[in-house]
Amino acid sequence: MSLTDATVTTLLAKLQSGETSSTEVTEACLARIDSQDTDVGAFLHVDREGALLRATQVDEKRKNGEPIGPLAGLPVAVKDVVCTTGMPTTCASRMLETFQPPYDAGATERLLAADAVIVGKTNLDEFAMGSSNENSAYHVTRNPWDLTRSPGGSSGGSAAAVAAQMVPLSIGSDTGGSIRQPAAFCGVVGLKPTYGRVSRYGLVAYASSLDQIGPFATDVTGVATLLEVLAGYDQRDSTCIDADVPKYRETVDKPIDGLRIGVVPEHFEEGLHPDVNKAIRNALDVYKAAGASIVDIELPHSKYVVAVYYLVAPSEASGNLARYDGVHYGYRAEEAQNLIPMYSASRGQGFGDEVKRRIMLGTYALSSGYYDAYYLKALKVRRLIRQDFDTAFADVDVIASPVAPTPAFKLGELIDNPLEMYLSDIYTLGANLAGIPGISIPAGLSDDGLPIGLQLLARPFEEERLLRAARMFESATDWHTKRAVLNHD
Amino acid sequence: MEFTTIIGLEVHVQLLTKTKIFCGCANLFNPENPNVQTCPVCLGLPGSLPVMNRKAFRLAVKTAMALNCNITPFTKWDRKQYYYPDLPKNYQISQYDLPFSTEGWLDIETDLETGESKKVRLIRVHLEEDAGKNIHDETGRGRDSRVDLNRAGTPLLEIVSQPDMRSPREAYTFLNELKLLLTYLNVSDCNMQEGSLRCDANVNLHVHTDDGHRIATPLVEIKNLNSFRGVEQAIAYEVERQQEQWRESKLTIDDSPKQTRGWDAERGVTFGQRGKEEASDYRYFPDPDLVPVVVEESQLQELRGELCEPPADRRKRFQTAYQISSYDASVIIDQGLAFADYYESVASDSGDGKQAANWVTQDIQRELNERKLTIDQFPIRPHILSTLLQRIGSQTITVKSAREVFAELLCRADNDESLSDDLIDGIIDANGLAIVSDTGQLEETIEAVISRNEKAVAAFREGKQAAVGPMIGQIMREIKGADPKQVRQMLIDKISE
Repeated sequence: MSLTDATVTTLLAKLQSGETSSTEVTEACLARIDSQDTDVGAFLHVDREGALLRATQVDEKRKNGEPIGPLAGLPVAVKDVVCTTGMPTTCASRMLETFQPPYDAGATERLLAADAVIVGKTNLDEFAMGSSNENSAYHVTRNPWDLTRSPGGSSGGSAAAVAAQMVPLSIGSDTGGSIRQPAAFCGVVGLKPTYGRVSRYGLVAYASSLDQIGPFATDVTGVATLLEVLAGYDQRDSTCIDADVPKYRETVDKPIDGLRIGVVPEHFEEGLHPDVNKAIRNALDVYKAAGASIVDIELPHSKYVVAVYYLVAPSEASGNLARYDGVHYGYRAEEAQNLIPMYSASRGQGFGDEVKRRIMLGTYALSSGYYDAYYLKALKVRRLIRQDFDTAFADVDVIASPVAPTPAFKLGELIDNPLEMYLSDIYTLGANLAGIPGISIPAGLSDDGLPIGLQLLARPFEEERLLRAARMFESATDWHTKRAVLNHD
Repeated sequence: MEFTTIIGLEVHVQLLTKTKIFCGCANLFNPENPNVQTCPVCLGLPGSLPVMNRKAFRLAVKTAMALNCNITPFTKWDRKQYYYPDLPKNYQISQYDLPFSTEGWLDIETDLETGESKKVRLIRVHLEEDAGKNIHDETGRGRDSRVDLNRAGTPLLEIVSQPDMRSPREAYTFLNELKLLLTYLNVSDCNMQEGSLRCDANVNLHVHTDDGHRIATPLVEIKNLNSFRGVEQAIAYEVERQQEQWRESKLTIDDSPKQTRGWDAERGVTFGQRGKEEASDYRYFPDPDLVPVVVEESQLQELRGELCEPPADRRKRFQTAYQISSYDASVIIDQGLAFADYYESVASDSGDGKQAANWVTQDIQRELNERKLTIDQFPIRPHILSTLLQRIGSQTITVKSAREVFAELLCRADNDESLSDDLIDGIIDANGLAIVSDTGQLEETIEAVISRNEKAVAAFREGKQAAVGPMIGQIMREIKGADPKQVRQMLIDKISE
């Protein structure tokens, strides 16, 4: 087995025992990026020299007997919406093509403090707006399982990089499903933490009240390992919560006795792809066999999640993205002679269609005369959605559902139909609106051989329970061991 | 036709914090070095997040309490969205529908002689971040504009009054009283030149028609006001302009939206600006990057304990406690907290508030002006002045002699000598300034002077009262501590014998 085939756990053990070095693992990853990324397009930027230098430093530390961080020189890819010094942070937008942040995000600092080797920045839908990675201003990312298909979005690059075994670990951000849906499409594990669990400092904001950084890996233990590094208080983010971070990695293998799994019967009705339906039902059977009970629950307001999300998120985005105006940094249209034309031209040329669409949606929803009917009402329904989850979690430990209604769709299939694209987020949006943690784990393959993801949701700050529940399924199945076969394998 | 002038003020005040409101950058007026007090947060760089400065919030609450406002127990931050190059995020973090305080008032003195006052009600006081500053090429050569973001993120209080002022003078007095209160509280230096206090005035008229109706004229907001005097003058100009406009057009408040006018201090006129107000929709919404602020009763109690006696109350108390005029009390209070403290210390130690008022408002004020000192830097400290005034009170020296001692004390202080009560008495002795009540010595001198001034004595006897003046002068020169009144009486008695 090659180094890039190995799981995080195996790699950490090999690094620990001296069987391999950070330099070797990093070189193997860089070689894999060289051979595969022309097809996949997961990366926007690869920092070859920086990564190798850092790997050498970690190896040096280990040789000198210095204490080593928990990531021990493992290569990690970072979604290009998280600020990193010494590398660009473009958000896959023309607007920030030349932007080099003068500071590291809280998450970046934690990665470095844990002795991770950041190999590069991954592709995404521009400013994390999209579900297919087709909204990148630079290039599309292709699904490693089928290069004609989308890897999902917006963290499609991070998911594809792990699925194509270019890196053992990556981080993404999830505003409405942007970690879980690409994880499902690419057959890897992705976790969206509780809102406030991971610092948003240095995460370029799309929708501030929904955004959350989270980990990708090929298995649950890998995700637990990375979450433990990322989670924790940061006083630079007022919405970050000062709560203890459990040792996720130590407890992940402990099954939960008498696990109660909530299921919403409506989730299995119209619109759900039969292969996905079958995979999720099989997954529930696996849990039953492991001693869990399945309980029907109600989330009465879940039918409004798409409407609420596409008011709240664009409203916040319209404010968050106002700063990109060509005045202080970023793209500036040079031909404009005056202030207002400069604003218009810079934003008109610097942003892609989907970003403009959402800015306009949000601007409209916040406008005088419409605010009460749209934004304010959306906030009220959001509160009801949160209450639905509170009520449901009184009776169950986790809620299980599909991640997306279908396996990965074809590139170009939905890009001209924004509404249908938005509807594909129906299972994931609730967790963001309610601020609760969610995970996507591989739970089957479609008849076409495409991965299918199972979503589990838990109460706020119950990532530990979520990971253990996910691991119960994983240890009883082998879906997480399935790998995409690439052209150059 | 009778008109009532209706004035409301909107005042922005920068708070005296060490750091900015949402980041750790220094809060300093520093126009010579643009963009040095900046960081990713106040530059609005991608991914940066604001964190509220608790000290700024405390100062804001303290100020609102001193302005008699209700403090809202639950308050939040909102984004006020508009595009401008001095606003790096293109939204200002401000407060919209849940300001941290509402419904206060400020007492202003409307008549200096009678001490009559009136309440100006406040609608709200809220906290927000200041913008940066655009610097345009004023040479007319159309060179690039520049942006200085040193100021961006300075904690800024917005204080909005009800339209309770009825004359330009009242608006001036309101600002003066507000500045006094804020400087007494030490929450702002209220320096209009440096922009730490800025003011917009809303002005219109109520026309009293012959049939007893009142009609409101269109509302005008005057901007660019850069001094208290300017506020007064601009409103006065605007009142006349609006009267004229009414006579010509009969436009009422319903006929025309609020108009924004600038103030040209040099020409002394207001001028129409493009109607940005009516066109803008700020699309306020709660800032999701910040959490709401909950104010506990215990915090309020703590802050209440930190409040000082408001200048208006102190002004009234000085009049009754120290028996001074409303005018003197105002002069002393208006000099600021340190000056008022100095006065109060002297007045209470010397036991003569009136005498103390005379000294601080005249002798000390003159010295401070000449020496360009603040009262804190003045070498004669309150206890020394108190002792000097006590010497007057006990009739040891005359007021005139006390001035000599005062001058001598200043000389000594200039030579780095430390001042003490003993030094005062030493100066009195050395210069023979003690009042001489030994009539024997006086009589001797008077007789000697009479014998030297036969002509004058004769003139007095013929009825020229003024003839004794020079003789009194001669006697006083010989006996410095003599009381001129006593000398005059004894001299006249002697001549008249």
